[in-house]
Amino acid sequence: MTPVELLTRLFPSGHEVVAGPFNTLAGRAILTDGAAVEIVGVTDGAPLSPEIAIELAGSIIRIVQDGKKTPIVLLIDTASQRMTRRDEMLGLNEYLAHLAKVVTLAGLSGHRTVAVLYGAAAAGAFIATALAAQTLITIDGAHPSVMDLPSIARVTKLPLEILEKKAETTPIFAPGVTPLAATGAVLENWTEADNFSDRIETVLTLEASSDTRDTLGEERGGRKVAHSVALRVAAEFGKAAR
Amino acid sequence: MIPEEIVRSPSWYESSARNRITGLLDAETFREILGPAERVMSPHLELFDLPPAFDDGVIVGRGQLDGKPVAIIAQEGQFMGGTFAEVSGAKIVGLLRAVTASAGTPDGVSAVLLLLDTGGVRLQEANAGELAVSETVRALLGVRAAGIPVVALVGGRAGAFGGGGIVTACCSHVVISEQGRISVTGPEVIETNKGAEEFDSRDRALVWRITGGRSRVLLGGADSYVKGDVASFRAAAARSRNAAPPFTLETMAAEQDRLEKRLSSYGDCRDTPEIWARAGLADPASVPDIDDDAFLALLSEREIKHDAR
Repeated sequence: MTPVELLTRLFPSGHEVVAGPFNTLAGRAILTDGAAVEIVGVTDGAPLSPEIAIELAGSIIRIVQDGKKTPIVLLIDTASQRMTRRDEMLGLNEYLAHLAKVVTLAGLSGHRTVAVLYGAAAAGAFIATALAAQTLITIDGAHPSVMDLPSIARVTKLPLEILEKKAETTPIFAPGVTPLAATGAVLENWTEADNFSDRIETVLTLEASSDTRDTLGEERGGRKVAHSVALRVAAEFGKAAR
Repeated sequence: MIPEEIVRSPSWYESSARNRITGLLDAETFREILGPAERVMSPHLELFDLPPAFDDGVIVGRGQLDGKPVAIIAQEGQFMGGTFAEVSGAKIVGLLRAVTASAGTPDGVSAVLLLLDTGGVRLQEANAGELAVSETVRALLGVRAAGIPVVALVGGRAGAFGGGGIVTACCSHVVISEQGRISVTGPEVIETNKGAEEFDSRDRALVWRITGGRSRVLLGGADSYVKGDVASFRAAAARSRNAAPPFTLETMAAEQDRLEKRLSSYGDCRDTPEIWARAGLADPASVPDIDDDAFLALLSEREIKHDAR
């Protein structure tokens, strides 16, 4: 799905979203009740570079500075972080962290933040973009991943066929929407038949002040222990003070 | 002349995560939460015929530093590369959430000390590990938003790579030694994907010039540079918790400005000595070779401190 098609389906009442530098998007859209939504995005599967991260973060900072608490929808089609010596030398970790921090700050400052993943996102770029929003929606055909299976096979020194077989028994490591949704990363996956406009308006009304992805992963059976371990640590924290 | 207690202090790089905690906190004050006796282990490693660890490679708890309560998290880089996974990550996230919830109560702490020693996400549990990093980022920023500084300490064998590099830069203050390395994609992975001409991972001097402690602190990617002994890390942790920037819109706007300027000033450089020459260092080629005292003297002349993190 192209960004233009996606925007038309999400916001049939209209939008003024324009392309920015380095495969980015920014602008406003209108909901069916006339309320405004801020749109920030990355397109064309562009690997996340320091330039893209700082461009997106700058747009979000200006939205927060505006003070209107307008909801922010992030439209994401990236790749992994860009893999070059130059980017690492310049501190790509700081650029990715800055973007994740700014998206998180928007949420803490009263902006509803929703990421719509309509293409790819992987590894550190996935953390800094789609996973940094309060809620993640995927569109059919989206491809979120940590690392592709051939690369996991190389690092874990396991044959690819064995890994593929193991992936049938657990959602814990395989790429794709279904396993990531099972672990709690994705709230909803929308298909061609869904009314995206209705769906986004509903999602924007959901309360999202706390991070409940581990609860979701427990309910869906993809991450059975994370939530309970976190709760046990929290329960012991006060006792350890005495 | 190096003070005697530093000569006798063990090396951070060589120490285990548990020994780092012991050396960092006031004597006999550490209280571990979900320690090895509880046997909270990874339920996934068995699928890969890998042995689990009783603490899943992460130690969390609380103690005191110079008489003030702190929460502490330490990754053990010698177990599965100190990786973020379902259990190891949930221990970190649970502790950070508890710190936020206890802010302003009698159980509250003065700071969180995060001892990073990690290759990033554990690929055998890639999805759980990726989410653990994202949940750690959100919980850590919640701690900072509650007014409690989070101090990253980087100097272990595994460095702070992958999601660990992102988590490091989310902290209020980053302490690093010469041996410390911070990066997202590791040199081996870049070499595998882009070839040795892009990044020769066997060229150790190059790897350290790109990712190492001296390069990071000169560029502003770390805030305090310390000698590689445990006592120096302890002193820096105690100092920095009092001078950490708050997590606010003003701080993020200042970071935006800082990182934009870095790109426009050094975006066309290929190696760190080019950056140092442009920044006005008298003898850029010598930076990796001088001893720690000379490097600390060089830093103190340069005023590279910022509050934009």
